[in-house]
Amino acid sequence: MTHTQEQVVTVRPEPSQQPVVEMRDISITFGTVSALDRVSMRLFPGEVHALMGENGAGKSTLIKALTGVYTIDAGTIVVGGEEHEFHTPAAAQAAGISTVYQEVNLVPNLTVAENMLLGREPRRFGAINVRAMNRRARQTLERLGLDVNPGSLLGDHPIAVQQLVAIARAVDVDARVVILDEPTSSLDADEVEKLFDVMRRLREHGVAIVFVSHFLDQIYEIADRMTILRNGRLVEERMVAETSQLELVRLMIGRELEVLERLDRDQRQAAVSSETPVLKAVGLSRKGSLEATDLTLYEGEVVGVAGLLGSGRTELARLLFGADTADHGELEVRSSRRRLRSPRHAIDRKMAFSSEDRKAEGVIGDLTVADNMLLALQASRGWLRPIPQATRARLVRDYIQALDIRPADPDALMRNLSGGNQQKVLLARWLITDPDVLILDEPTRGIDIGAKTQIQTLVADLAAKGMAVVFISAELEEVLRLSHRVVVMRDRRKIRELPNDDVSVSDVLEIIAGEARQTEEGTA
Amino acid sequence: MSATIAVPNPSVWDRVRTYSPSRRYLPVVATFALFIGMFGAGGIRYEGFTDPQVFLSLLLDNSFLIVLAVGMTFVILSGGIDLSVGSVVALSTMIAAKTLEMGWSPYLSMVTVLVVGTLLGTLMGLLIHYLDIQPFIATLAGLFLARGLTYLISTESIPITDATFTELAFASITLPGGYYTTWTVVVALATVVVAAAVLARTRFGRTVYAVGGNEASAMLMGLRVAAVKVGVYAISGFCAALGGLLFGLYTLSGYSLHAVGMELDAIAAVVIGGTLLTGGRGFVVGSLLGVLVLGTIQTFISFDGTLNSWWTRIVIGALLLVFVVVQRLMTRRQT
Repeated sequence: MTHTQEQVVTVRPEPSQQPVVEMRDISITFGTVSALDRVSMRLFPGEVHALMGENGAGKSTLIKALTGVYTIDAGTIVVGGEEHEFHTPAAAQAAGISTVYQEVNLVPNLTVAENMLLGREPRRFGAINVRAMNRRARQTLERLGLDVNPGSLLGDHPIAVQQLVAIARAVDVDARVVILDEPTSSLDADEVEKLFDVMRRLREHGVAIVFVSHFLDQIYEIADRMTILRNGRLVEERMVAETSQLELVRLMIGRELEVLERLDRDQRQAAVSSETPVLKAVGLSRKGSLEATDLTLYEGEVVGVAGLLGSGRTELARLLFGADTADHGELEVRSSRRRLRSPRHAIDRKMAFSSEDRKAEGVIGDLTVADNMLLALQASRGWLRPIPQATRARLVRDYIQALDIRPADPDALMRNLSGGNQQKVLLARWLITDPDVLILDEPTRGIDIGAKTQIQTLVADLAAKGMAVVFISAELEEVLRLSHRVVVMRDRRKIRELPNDDVSVSDVLEIIAGEARQTEEGTA
Repeated sequence: MSATIAVPNPSVWDRVRTYSPSRRYLPVVATFALFIGMFGAGGIRYEGFTDPQVFLSLLLDNSFLIVLAVGMTFVILSGGIDLSVGSVVALSTMIAAKTLEMGWSPYLSMVTVLVVGTLLGTLMGLLIHYLDIQPFIATLAGLFLARGLTYLISTESIPITDATFTELAFASITLPGGYYTTWTVVVALATVVVAAAVLARTRFGRTVYAVGGNEASAMLMGLRVAAVKVGVYAISGFCAALGGLLFGLYTLSGYSLHAVGMELDAIAAVVIGGTLLTGGRGFVVGSLLGVLVLGTIQTFISFDGTLNSWWTRIVIGALLLVFVVVQRLMTRRQT
């Protein structure tokens, strides 16, 4: 095995057991982008194996390489001692590798039994033997401790049950490996317990389970071994019991802490102390996305939101902006206690939101830079009041200059711009509307370091001029560099809010990890 | 699909007492009720309407449409649509008439028709699956191609005078009570029975439902999506050719203007029979009932004598609208 300097693989001797699956030095590239770079993973029978990593680390790609959805460019996959290369999900299934995806990938219009057994149903004289099929389905369901009528339509059951049926399909015949890709993201606590019961039973039967979840507590509750990925590369294989949560978070996020702590925070300017709250959220919550959260924003302040993926940071932003409607809680904008029912209400109250998914929710590739920039202003004016040509030209020219957008051509097509420049155009789109509150969700993701610095400087300047900014980013050092106050989130709730007086990255990591220890002790 | 396996050991009485038709059969039950209601209304209004021979004539006059609707059911269940079937019917009558005129054996002529229809269907299925062309467009192309080929063979109507064909067309099967029916009806009903069995009890049939329910899921479940998607169009092509033979027997001619717009009647029958246009839900029996409902409307108008025959179209349009709206409401409640 070849490794980059970063990779330190601790391989523990397993004298008694052979891995049921061994993926060695798997590489996959899409176009010119390397999605996986010589990643290895071993799965042992009777173990729950957690696949860990932040968004974009390559977890899904690795899973799809194993299940035959993607074809690998280099490397070998050994299943049960034999080398395999899967080109279709069916081929992987035939080798005993089954997958349960985050979205239930079954058909709602067939019965539970059919969903479990279709493709390998018992037949008599060429016809499906419905009686035998239902019997076999019930046996499997009972083995997993599930009380579901095999003859009922799948679509009549709640999502959690459908998910469990998907697992039942996966294990029905000789599944040696079951892959669970974020199965818990739509389940509540009871349903997760039920799922874990099923997983434990499978483990006892010697099945190797790959488990992907963004909830650290769940990993520590169920997983035995884990493989940690970062930026398409293998970081380490670890035993869960021998790895502290802090260590795990550090491995997932990646930079050496000492380096992080030396980051200069010169760019951060003193908070414009103001007592005027611009935005005040009290007990804001939405089922399945955010637990009750309070947040107050003052003029001239940058509030950073830190947390791992799935911690609820994006959900908070969407609720603040009215992109999702809250179930409970109140939101005051400039002391008017009006419910934000839609982004339009928010825009009317001088709020702006730049979404994390810039491709799907922001950029309109076939329009020009100028058109993209003026979209929000035009929308807030109403379509019947066109912006005068001269004003248009002036605004666009000013912002192209101010944000250093390249090419500096108002008529360039948006899709021909680089990611960083697209992001700047989107920022300009909102800045043109002159908002009081600017919510930025991952504004610097996937853009080069130069553009990143420019955007960070811009945010600091805007706050200095009195704008209130909510800054969300997966990069902790960036959050800490810019914000006056830091909100730490985990498991869909705010766990701490602290003024940013020399807070270090490791402090935040400890808060994130420490919270878990506390809850464990609390429940124990 | 047995719904009674729900309870581990129910007594017979329990089963009867708690039996209620599963919601998935409701559309078919509704169509059946509609058919009975219309027939009952006809019986009250017109003398002789309830004579069993009227019902048998209904089957006889619509045997080809039943076969078309069966093929269409496969396609619609998989989430597709086949616009070519009317043209394939015309092409089939033309091939049969022309080859018979050229002196081919009637059996060879029939086989040729069936092979051509199946091949056309397969070709469209291959285009739809492998080139990812929308079914609407691919089968629209098939519609023009088949109709064009018909004109290419002959623009004139060619009578079918072959002895085997005419005997088959006129041979009647006497039923108890002095009633009679024809072989075309037997063929049509046999098609329904075979199709129902295939859809309910074979891996192919269930995969048709799975593909119509969620094609991406079916693929991830490791089912043979390609075979099924091409297969349903091949089946529809075969059924269109078979329907063409029955239509040829019914009219004893091959003509390029036969069956213009019949694909729409077939689609209407399938939808009125309770099959969801989005795929995944429905039964062949429903399509049979759908054809019978359409036929009953025509019978109504011919019994009345004073109604303009365009009323058929208006009633079909209204019924179609009602059924689509009801389906929409039903599926919306479920999701």
